[in-house]
Formats: sequence, structure tokens, C-alpha cells
Amino acid sequence: MAKRIDLRHVTLRYVTDTREVLAVDDVSFTVAESEFLCLLGPSGCGKTTIMNMIAGFLSPTHGDVLIGGARLDGTKHDRGVVFQDFAQLFPWRTARRNVEFGLEMRNVPKAQRKDTALEFLRLVGLADFADVYPHQLSGGMQQRVAIARAIAYSPGVLLMDEPFAALDAMTRDEMQRLVNDVWQETKKTVVYVTHNVAEAVYLGDRVVVLDAHPGRVKAEIPLDLPRPRDPLSATFVEAQRTILGHLGMQH
Amino acid sequence: MLRGAITIALLLAAWEYFARSGIFSRAITPPLETIAVALVSMIADGSIFRHTLATMLRVAIGLAIALAIAIPLGMLMGRYALWERILRPAVAVLMPIPSLAWVPLVVLWFGIGNVATVLIVVYASTFSLLYNVWMGVKTINPIWVRAAQVMNAHGWRLFRHVIWPAALPSIITGIRLAFGRAWIAVIGGELLASPQWGLGKLIFDAKEFLNADTMLAALFVIGVLGLFFERVVFQLLERATVNRWGMASGARR
Repeated sequence: MAKRIDLRHVTLRYVTDTREVLAVDDVSFTVAESEFLCLLGPSGCGKTTIMNMIAGFLSPTHGDVLIGGARLDGTKHDRGVVFQDFAQLFPWRTARRNVEFGLEMRNVPKAQRKDTALEFLRLVGLADFADVYPHQLSGGMQQRVAIARAIAYSPGVLLMDEPFAALDAMTRDEMQRLVNDVWQETKKTVVYVTHNVAEAVYLGDRVVVLDAHPGRVKAEIPLDLPRPRDPLSATFVEAQRTILGHLGMQH
Repeated sequence: MLRGAITIALLLAAWEYFARSGIFSRAITPPLETIAVALVSMIADGSIFRHTLATMLRVAIGLAIALAIAIPLGMLMGRYALWERILRPAVAVLMPIPSLAWVPLVVLWFGIGNVATVLIVVYASTFSLLYNVWMGVKTINPIWVRAAQVMNAHGWRLFRHVIWPAALPSIITGIRLAFGRAWIAVIGGELLASPQWGLGKLIFDAKEFLNADTMLAALFVIGVLGLFFERVVFQLLERATVNRWGMASGARR
């Protein structure tokens, strides 16, 4: 079910009132089936832009984005997306009905839809909140519902754009553990955008480090630490040091 | 609720004081008791119900037509630039024209009667509704549309499951405003396009005989009905939808 993602010489230019901006410059990388890839870089490195191209919200000026070997065609989506903004949930639907949305669009029968939604809410630890509206949930809970919604209709790839950047540090740690567990259970192909080095090392099978202005691939670092990873272990700290070195932020 | 009742009681007391002060003759500023008698006699012979029903039906039909025009067009305008370009100038020209200014022409075309009055109501209510639907759809949080589109919601299903509920707070505001305007227009339309029954007609006929008590009784009924719709119907509608979803302004987090 999981699909591979290929970016081939992807370039994105856009024109503002005053000048032409090269946002992403000749970026190529592959995400293998069931691989967890982190896109890491400073602001302005085009990581969200790259994710938006994989999601199909933007089209590259040059180059191709392939999912499961096929080009994006705009209407047949096979991607789950989790955004940073808590407001991504539909406020007019309960948590369960939010998770059901993608299944509804696939014409899954009502009873089956409900069962699947409850199963994924259980996976993110929110089975007791199925009939609650989003505004009654905390930010962390809303993001958990968003994750359940993104994977419930079983997309080939899961895209996450800094989903926990707006959460407090403690909740963020908890969410990272949850993502790790959910990924180990579901084995989706994941592209995870972040500017947080520790988060990338905690979650990624591989980290693609991006450079800013224009966005380019600076380094690709494979991580083969055993999961779940211990952020206090020497190997974990060493991996962070390597990545910080590539970012040019080592002291 | 209690505060509202106090305000109304004070208003009634002020009227009573004014009516009995002798500034004008009792015949043209009747005290509450006389108005009540007029109202009760109209209730007793059932005429007030017939007038009210006629007016309410015109408002209901006019509003239903306005909804049928404004909701689809407003959604298309909010969603597609082409529709916006085509319709925006028409809205800009037609919206500021007071609906009552159309009465002589409408009467010329359709004669005096229900058709003319309902058309005036449609004209009065369509534009504020259209404007609110249009702006409501235009200012939807784009993240909802994106989230829906990656889950394969397109075309009609996107409208039905995302754009409609997302724009509902503005649409309800639009219906509220449209109702208010329809209510103003129907009374004016009844005065000028004079069908047989209706609260506006009742006031106009009472004027011929200087029946101030009947006129005031009719005004009282109009006020009570307006209050009922505003405080009961629309509030229940909001409670069942946007308030429940945390989308009403103020309840948003």
C-alpha cells in the first residue's frame, strides 16, 4: 500500500511585483516505500514549498514529482496531509466525522466508515473523544485527530508539515513518540518537514538537509539508530552534531 | 431576556405617558388600553391573523426565491473568478437601489397584487444575502479546502461538504439581514402595491379612517413578529450550527 516518491530535478520559480524568486533549485531525492524521510532546513529553504509540490498544491516550474512511479495529475490524490495549523480540522464535524471524511469521499459504507474512524482514533489515543467537536479539543488533541484523519483512508504516502511546531515542548515530545508508534504500526511512506534537528533525528530513517535562498539539497544523512530512539544516548547526540555540522550551525 | 423585558416595559410606559400627556389628541395617540382593545377585536374577528398570514407568506415566498438566487450565485462568485467578474458590476449597480423605488415600475409590469409585492421582497433581500454568501465563501480558511482536496473532495462534493458549512456563519448573517430587509420591503410593498390583505395594507386602510389604534396595533404585531424571528428562530438556528461548532465570532478560539 505504501508508495515511493521521486523528485527529479524539481525547480520552482515565482514572480513577485519586483523580482523573480528561485524558491527551489534542482532538488532531487527519493523516498523509498515505507521510509520515514525528514526534510530539514532553516526558514526560507523551501521545505514547505517542496511538500506543497508533493501534495499537488503547487506545480514545479521544471522537473517531475512522481508518486508510486506516476506523475501527479491533480485530481486523483493518494496522499494524506497534516498541516501545522490546528484549524485544519473541519469545525462543523466531530472528531470521528473528521476522520471519516476521506472514507466518505471514497464512498465507503457508513457502518464501515465509523468502525475505521474509531479504530484510527484509538490508534492516536482519542477513542473517548470521538463525538467531540474540534473546538472542544486542545491543540495537541486536534493534531492527533488530523493525523488519524490523514491515515484513515489509507493513502500511499503521508505528508506532514511541521505538525507540532505550534505545540508546547512537553506535548511535542509526546506527539513525536505517537508518530513513531503510528508509523511503526502502519508503515506509511512519510515525508516530514521540520526545522527541529532533534525531531528529525528522533523520527527519520533519513534526513535531507536543505540550504536556503535558493532551496537546495545540502546533504542526505541516513539514520539507523534502533527505535524507539533515546534522545539522551550518545549515538543520538552524535547524529544531531553531524546534522548541525551540515547546517553550518556547529559550535 | 429579563433585561429585554424591562426595556420593553419602559418603552410601553413612555408611550402611555406620552399618550396621556395631552400633547396630541387621544384620537391620534391612543393609550395602551385603546390599542389593546383594537388588537383584541381584530383577534376576535380573526382579521389580524389573515393580515399577518398574508404578510408572512409574502415574506416567506420572497425570501425563498432570494435564497434560491443568492446562494448558488454567491457561491459561484466566491469560488470562481470568472463568475465574480461577470456578476460583480451587476451587483454593484443594483444593490444600492432601494427596493421601494421599483414599486411603480413593478406595478406597471405586473399590476397591483401579490406578484408585485413578492418581487419587491425578492429584490430587497437578494443582494444582502448574495453579498454575504459571496464574501463568506471567499474568506473561507483555505486550509479546509486543501485538506478536503487531498482527500478527493471535488466539484459538488466540495461545495456540499466543505464550502457550504465553512461559509454558513456568513450565510446565516446574510439570511438575518435579508429577513430584516424583506420585512421592511413587504410593509412598504403592501402600502404601495396594495393587495387585499397584509399588515401594511391594514395600516394604510386604517389611515383612511384615522384609526390610530388599529395602526399601532398592527405596528405592535410587526414588532413582536420581528422579535420572535430574531430571538427565537435565528438564535435556535445558530445554536444548532455555528455556535455548536465553535464558529460563531466570539466563541472562536
